[in-house]
Amino acid sequence: MRKWIRLLALFGAFSLIAVVTGCGSDEESSAFKLCAEGETDGNLNFYNWSEYMDPDLIAAFQDQHGVSVTEDFYPSNEEMHGKIGVGNSGYDLIVPSDYMVSILISDELIQPIQAAAVPNQANIAERFGDPPYDPGAIYTAAYQWGTTGVGVDTGVTGEDVPHTWGLLFDSGLAEQYGLSGKISLLDDPRETVGAALKYLGYSLNSTSADELAEAEAVIANAVSRIAAFDSDQYSELIVMGETVVGHGYSGNFLWDFEEGDSTYDYFVPDEGGTIWVDNMAVLADAPHPCTAFAFMNFLLDAENGAQLTNYNWYASPNAASEPHIDQEVLDNPIIYPTDMSKLEFIEDTGDFEINYTDALSRARS
Amino acid sequence: MTVAATPGLEYQAERARSRRGFLLGLPAVIYLLVFFVIPLGIVVAYSFATRTRTGRTELTDWNIDAYGRLGESVVRAVAFRSLWIAAVSTIICLVLAYPLAYFISTRRPVTRNLLLVGVMIPFWSNFLIRTYAWRVLLDSDGIFTQVVSGLGLGDGRILFTSKAVILGLVYGYLPFMVLPLYASIERIDWSLVEGARDLYASGWTAFRRVVWPLSRPGVVAGSILVFVPSFGAYVTPAILGGNKKGLMGSYIVDQFMDARNGPLGASLSVVVLAVMLVGTLVYFRQGGRNL
Repeated sequence: MRKWIRLLALFGAFSLIAVVTGCGSDEESSAFKLCAEGETDGNLNFYNWSEYMDPDLIAAFQDQHGVSVTEDFYPSNEEMHGKIGVGNSGYDLIVPSDYMVSILISDELIQPIQAAAVPNQANIAERFGDPPYDPGAIYTAAYQWGTTGVGVDTGVTGEDVPHTWGLLFDSGLAEQYGLSGKISLLDDPRETVGAALKYLGYSLNSTSADELAEAEAVIANAVSRIAAFDSDQYSELIVMGETVVGHGYSGNFLWDFEEGDSTYDYFVPDEGGTIWVDNMAVLADAPHPCTAFAFMNFLLDAENGAQLTNYNWYASPNAASEPHIDQEVLDNPIIYPTDMSKLEFIEDTGDFEINYTDALSRARS
Repeated sequence: MTVAATPGLEYQAERARSRRGFLLGLPAVIYLLVFFVIPLGIVVAYSFATRTRTGRTELTDWNIDAYGRLGESVVRAVAFRSLWIAAVSTIICLVLAYPLAYFISTRRPVTRNLLLVGVMIPFWSNFLIRTYAWRVLLDSDGIFTQVVSGLGLGDGRILFTSKAVILGLVYGYLPFMVLPLYASIERIDWSLVEGARDLYASGWTAFRRVVWPLSRPGVVAGSILVFVPSFGAYVTPAILGGNKKGLMGSYIVDQFMDARNGPLGASLSVVVLAVMLVGTLVYFRQGGRNL
């Protein structure tokens, strides 16, 4: 018995030490180093989504400024947040999506953009100049943007499929087009519950318990016809013939549809869908903030911004870039949707966020 | 000349020996402290912490709110489904592995070693890759689907169902059942079985009264080794089950990644750990004390 008590005490003591040292390093420096345009202060540590950056652009920046750039990759905002949230990550520049930006701002993890060092910020289109997640674009500069919608194997369904979220949720449409067991939804509470909310005609940022309950019922009703909840393979599943319709991100569908033998289509349903923007931000504790701002300015250059979009097939928020973007990219409605009016940003709902996760968990159990 | 007994010296030698043992064990102890005990302590601490509005976990205002949510119907449904899937997988593993382990341990040593290597070969490649391979076998054009449909056993497509999850779990964890079973069956003194037969026990009675009780430690160990990882399985349900039915592993991941609710994720982990620990203790008390 005494041995147990001793072990328990030891355990408690060690945990406490870990916890105490964990919060001890929370001090913050309020004044940020000032940077001039084009000034560099060391090699850049760039933390970005995978397959999102043209290596030639990095090479050009390195040549131009005589610094080297190290790029690391993350698959989700949450993973990135986990790594930089504890501080001292060593990264200078990150590319968080909209809702994550508001989290990073309120947690004081990113620093305001120094206008003097980033004059090319003026190139950003008006539409992205005052986003809801960063009013006045004080902290972030838009990097690329896209939509969340529905990808369809039109070789199976025919070209005339209605552009509605009902393809994912409606039993009648599933029967009509033979979709039962051939549908995938994103494994993402905000996107998936959001799609159901949009289908019902509500905002995808709804914080109404009743609307959420309705959306939950829509998903619960569809679960028996769903093949998978999948956020990585939804486009591959369609190309492999395993599913016929999928819920996912514009750029990914485009990439994989190139590989398939059938004919495919992607659209944002008429009820409206998600628009998302990834943004460049400099960390509050960036070791080389000036190089980070120099790189940000470099990417916001008209021609460099166009090169990025021509490379990764995501839409550019850079208005000045447009003349330099390939016409085939500009004309592609998947990359540049024609009707922007029904698109909505996912916004952080704070404490309500848990209800989205629970709604999706309940819907599929 | 007399040789006097010197208990003091002996005592000191004993002390020195135990000190040496302690020093030799020290690296492992430190390793476990740093990489197991402390992280576990942090999990425990997190489970009593507070989620901020932005989803950060703040180590202030210690509370038990996260534990209060564990009784909710979502959590109960997820827990029961995970328990059920783990139990079914464990039973299937046991039924499949017992005859195999029995067979292996009654072969000649050379054959035995070859068969054991055969059991372990799948471990040589990555679990994730093997699970994705199953996805190919199970999809609409997959060999498994073709064969099952070809034999007229109905629609063979089980990808993205609980059946596929159980299949994947059994496949993944079968060796964990075979090896401890083999170890305990191989140790059995077969003259006891002979004795039973000499006393007119039927083959079945001899098995039931002699072999089975003696192999119990292997059954217990194997079942724990299969049940525990099956209960928390994350990869297999995600890839083969299409993440359709909420299971414990993915539910905990969701708490950390999607809801950014560290305290709830941590409290779930702590409870799972506690349930597993208690279950294991009870199981050991029942059976294989002499493992």
